[in-house]
Amino acid sequence: MQTLDLTKLGLRDVNKTLHAQTADTNQTSWTIENAKGSHAIACGLNAPIEVTVKGSTGYYCGGMNQQATINIHGSAGPGTGENIMSGKIVIEGDASQYLGATGHGGLIVVKGNASSRCGISMKGVNIVVQGNIGHMSAFMGQSGNLVVCGDAGDALGDSCYEARFFVRGKVKSLGADCEKKEMRPEHIAILTELLAEAGFDAKPEEFTRYGSARKLYNFDVDNAAAY
Amino acid sequence: MCGIVGLFLKDKALEPKLGEMLTAMLITMTDRGPDSAGIAIYGAETAAKTKLVVQSDTPDIAFAGLDTALSKVVGSTVTMTVRSTHAVLTLPSGTTAAARAALPKIDPSLRVMSSGDSLEIYKEVGLPKDVAARFDVASMSGTHGIGHTRMATESAVTTMGAHPFNTGDDQCLVHNGSLSNHNSLRRQLRRDGVHIETENDTEVGAAYLTWQMQKGATLGEALTSSLDDLDGFFTFVVGTKDGFGVVRDPIACKPAVMAETDQYVAFGSEYRALVNLPGIENARVWEPEPATVYFWSHDTAPTSSEKAA
Repeated sequence: MQTLDLTKLGLRDVNKTLHAQTADTNQTSWTIENAKGSHAIACGLNAPIEVTVKGSTGYYCGGMNQQATINIHGSAGPGTGENIMSGKIVIEGDASQYLGATGHGGLIVVKGNASSRCGISMKGVNIVVQGNIGHMSAFMGQSGNLVVCGDAGDALGDSCYEARFFVRGKVKSLGADCEKKEMRPEHIAILTELLAEAGFDAKPEEFTRYGSARKLYNFDVDNAAAY
Repeated sequence: MCGIVGLFLKDKALEPKLGEMLTAMLITMTDRGPDSAGIAIYGAETAAKTKLVVQSDTPDIAFAGLDTALSKVVGSTVTMTVRSTHAVLTLPSGTTAAARAALPKIDPSLRVMSSGDSLEIYKEVGLPKDVAARFDVASMSGTHGIGHTRMATESAVTTMGAHPFNTGDDQCLVHNGSLSNHNSLRRQLRRDGVHIETENDTEVGAAYLTWQMQKGATLGEALTSSLDDLDGFFTFVVGTKDGFGVVRDPIACKPAVMAETDQYVAFGSEYRALVNLPGIENARVWEPEPATVYFWSHDTAPTSSEKAA
């Protein structure tokens, strides 16, 4: 295992070292020490490596991630995993606002709670949260799955497209054009797989599915004057 | 952007280090705003005395003989401690209004930074490290304090546009965000006779709270009504004589992180500001909820509603 001390090396050298890893690297396991809430740790990785960050992180940790697995041993700041393409980010603590914003793929697991705007404009990322999520989560969510083992805040899924939301607890309120949906066997299958991948012991049958009522995003001639 | 820090000490042993800890926290937030910086410190009170902190861009002239002149006005001894562009005037309790009224006649360049029994506000244009150094904030002791580093968006970079803003005796406010209805609210408050000095949005927010409290609201009630009457983005931290409060607008896009241990309650715009506090590894760390008023007071256990102003 390789260890990088962020205080000693500085952010650019730490990220440069991780960016230099290729698909066939032998150095697949990395630890970053002294995170101390710094911004942009392990951003833009593109190799099948595993990075463990010791401590809490600031803005945009693991942003634009491809292939890599990033473990955050602490809480994560705003915009963690923004525009994630693939790979996995596991947050041991809580996540701040706009977790996984615009994410195209991959998986983000939060063992604590996630804050407001979790999965905003998600485009294929899967996000699994063991605790609760804040208001305006999955706003304009286009595809992917947001799984919440606890409760969801106000305006869940406002103006969403085809992203799916599974919530075990209460939803404070649904956003515009978001509605409760039937749980069919294919949804149970998706949820079972995501919960297993996240390592959470929850029964898929206890969740409720929400998604788009599809009234807002198709052109309707009656609304022409509003455009 | 803007960066805010706040520290409320539960452990008396840390009080001599308040200024040093707050300064370090604020310097970490420099990236969030390089325009001006300020710190409000709640220090020791003296029986039957109160304080007025004044500022002048020409301190050599304005502060010369200021204590003597004010002593005549209030009919009792006024003592003065000069720190760079600021002077801390210690007056007999109950003479603040008379002293304030006399200041423009003594020297029109004098501007009041704060008034109160324990509160002292120091603020100037410049980076947190430079502002803290010129007032030697690191040497100050106290029970609690708040700090701000500004990235100006709504008005000019000046001393009067720097935070914290004094909202009443022993009360102050810092703000991260921008208010969008400050022009109409300023006109409305001025019509009601509220003095607002600058075109700054936060000054209007501060004046709004003062105005609400003059009408009889408690600070907690004033903050709650600010959620209805102020339009725009804000995370506010307010200092009171025995504690501090935090409120975020309902959208809550301006960041806020809090940490609590047996020794302190700390606030930072980012977790980075808190990383060097003692025992932070085991602190309870969380984000304050939107549209919720929080207060911590030395009088009682932490609550989400106000215990004392």
